[in-house]
Order: sequence, then structure tokens, then C-alpha cells
Amino acid sequence: MVQPLNRFKESASQTAGPYVHIGLTPNFSEINGVYPHDLGSSMVNDKTRGKRIAITGRVLDGTGTPLRDALVEIWQADADGLYNSPSEMRGAADPNFTGWGRCATDMVSGEFRFETVKPGRVPFNDGRLMAPHVTFWIVARGINIGLHTRMYFGDEDAANAEDPVLARIEHRVRLPTLVAEPVEGGYRFDIHLQGEKETVFFDI
Amino acid sequence: MSEGMLSNRKPETGAFFQRDREWHPQAYTPWYKTSVLRSPQKALLSLDNTLSEITGPVFGHNILGALDNDLIHNFAKPGESAIGPRIIVYGRVLDERGRGVPGALLEFWQANAGGRYRHKKEGYIAPLDPNFGGCGRTITDEDGGYVLRTVQPGPYPWPNGPNDWRPAHIHFSIFGHGFAQRLITQMYFEGDPMIPLCPIVKTINDPAAISDLTAALDMSATTPMDSRAYKFDIVLRGRRSTLFENRLEGN
Ligand SMILES: [Fe+3]
Repeated sequence: MVQPLNRFKESASQTAGPYVHIGLTPNFSEINGVYPHDLGSSMVNDKTRGKRIAITGRVLDGTGTPLRDALVEIWQADADGLYNSPSEMRGAADPNFTGWGRCATDMVSGEFRFETVKPGRVPFNDGRLMAPHVTFWIVARGINIGLHTRMYFGDEDAANAEDPVLARIEHRVRLPTLVAEPVEGGYRFDIHLQGEKETVFFDI
Repeated sequence: MSEGMLSNRKPETGAFFQRDREWHPQAYTPWYKTSVLRSPQKALLSLDNTLSEITGPVFGHNILGALDNDLIHNFAKPGESAIGPRIIVYGRVLDERGRGVPGALLEFWQANAGGRYRHKKEGYIAPLDPNFGGCGRTITDEDGGYVLRTVQPGPYPWPNGPNDWRPAHIHFSIFGHGFAQRLITQMYFEGDPMIPLCPIVKTINDPAAISDLTAALDMSATTPMDSRAYKFDIVLRGRRSTLFENRLEGN
């Protein structure tokens, strides 16, 4: 026998289910009057520094049908590459930028939309700079544990080419699944849960 | 957002312990039919945490309203209250090292006492309770403790198999201190015979992991002549300590 490590086990994930919006975006679900507004519905204000962008997209199932009951959260650095988090030790992030957004996909079109700013570059663990990116977390009915992925920017070829995380993708044909297409006013990023274009999801 | 609650703790910059993917449900669980077309089929890309996962948003108590953790009253008309067995749910949010997680945002949602959700797409014949919305939230205290008040939700049938029912449950969403800790789970109730029959519960392989999601009746925490109490602790991923300060954080 050896000494026990005395680790607790993380609580097991369970699906967010079909009614996740009651809990996380109640005003969107027409449960009004409990909270003044839905958390994460606004990431920026008039004073936020950086280039304004909108990120739009859909989450698609194995038949290519958009999920109309998904919930998407994003987390990103500010325009200078700093996170608005107590664990950010490199400096103070823009106080007018939360870095965190939450959006229910539209009940008809399945679209999500975030009004945000383009993030700056953040160092990887060895000090090299990662390319600008936005962390995505997707939950929905039928998804047993929230899915983590990243969105990179289609107009950042040079930075993307030296990104240490993108470099880890063995099957290079899958790399475009993480790259958002520049469109008028921002970027478009579709997430494919399955199929030929299945998005690269992370175990982080 | 504010870091008020965390002020007398050293900032945490370590990477999180790896997730035990055998303990969590697999993505593809065909007996839970919706998972079939919504489960990634390719292997996940394993990655040590970077700053993007080690950091995360933190929420201050200033976002909370007085009734946010009281589902009996937070949607009810003045002087009225939700119908159903009144319960207190309390516990702690811990990390895998057993330390309380202060300042964690908990959001919860549930069906009413009849098993009906207040939702457009919900078609169960059980009636809505005009005084029950079904959502609440709170932020853990300095020790990771939290408490909420609600009515015990009813079990409900759902379209999967011809006669599948969910056990009584409360959905919980938890924010710890890093985005990699993000978790959604469900709380079940001690003694509910519906637990082992549920296809969603059965997405979890290990019976110990199911026990860990099952709240214990705690008669010592009840409010006499008012509410019974259930204790539900939640465990989030723990962090590696930064053993060598001269190394880059997270590595
Ligand atoms: Fe439910």
C-alpha cells in the first residue's frame, strides 16, 4: 500500500438539456422579471478599446441541420491580449471589456451572434505568441459534456501559421474548421458537431 | 465582474488537472437518442491549459438580486409563492483537492412541482404554476458554500423511448475561476427510484459518479414546519500548484 492521494473526483457532467435557456438566458426564454438582463448578453460598451467585430455562426448536427436549442459561450482576451480575470498576471485588462459572452442560438435560424472586439495575441506556455483566437464552449440537448473549441481569424494567415496550438493538428485538412471567415462587419464561424467538416474540439 | 470575493487569496495561475473522460459521460450514447447526431466522432485534441483556459470570468455579488436564490418567490406575485414540497438545497463547491471554491457563480433551473417547465417547446400536460419561473442563481461564499430555496421538481416524461421519464432533478451550471472548469450537471434526490431508469443518468458509466450527483436528505438542516433540506456538494477541476515560481505559469 501507498499513501492515498486524497483527490476528489470532478462532478460528472450531464447534458444541459432542452431547457438550458430557462436557467442561463431566462429573458430570452420569456421568463422576465427575475433578472434585469441575461448574463453575457453584452461584452462591450462605448469605451471599449479595439476593433469592433461581430461573430456570427451556427452549430450544426451530423445531418447539417442547425441546432435551435444550443447555448454558446465565448471567452477571449481584450484588444491588447489581456484577459479580464483575477488569474491574469501580466497586467490589467480593459475594464470596459468583459471578455465573456453568452448567446442562445436563435429558435428559428439557429444563429448565434456576439458583438465583441478582435482579441490581441496571448502567449503560449513557452512564451511564443498564439494567434488571435476566441475560446468557444457549446452545450445543448444531446451534448453530454460541454464542447471546447477555438475560433481563429481568417485574415491572420501569418499569425495562424506560427500558432503553437494549430500546429498540433495532425490532419491539416481539419485546420480550416477552426478558422472564421471574414465577412462584412466581422467573422462567420460555423461549428460542425459531426461529419466531414467536424470541428476540432479540445480536451483542455 | 469583480474580484471582491477572491481578495485575500493568492491569484491562481496553475493549469487544471486533466479531465477524467472515463468518469464523465461519453459523447456518443445511443440510448440517449439526441446524442447520436450531436456527438463528435473524432478524437478530441488534448492540450495542456494555456492562459486562455486558466483564466475565466468572475462574477461579483453586485449582479445578484435579493431573491435570486429563492425560486419559491423570485417569480411569484407579491404575497404569493410557488406550489410544491418546499426544500432547501445547500452545499459547497469544492475543487479536486477538497478546497472550497469561493466566488463561484451557480445558476440553476428546474421543472415545477408537477414536472412542467416554463418553456415554449414544453408540451407536458402538467400545468404551469403561475408563481414559479424555474430559474435561480447564487455566488459561493468564502468557503465555497451556497444555499438556495425552491420546490422539489416533479419527474416528467420526455420523448426518447416510448415511456422514458426523468427523475426529479435540478440543473446546475457552474463557473469556477478558470474557463476550463466550466461545467453543467444535474442534481438528483436521494431515494428516487427513477434514477437508475433514466437514459440520461445512464450516460454516466460509474455508479460512484451517479452517487456523487445524488443529494442527501439532511433532516438536521431543515427549517422546522417549513422546508426539508438536501445537501449537494459540487466538485470542480483542481489546479496544479505552481511549484516552481521561476517557470512559466501553466506549465
Ligand atoms: Fe430537466
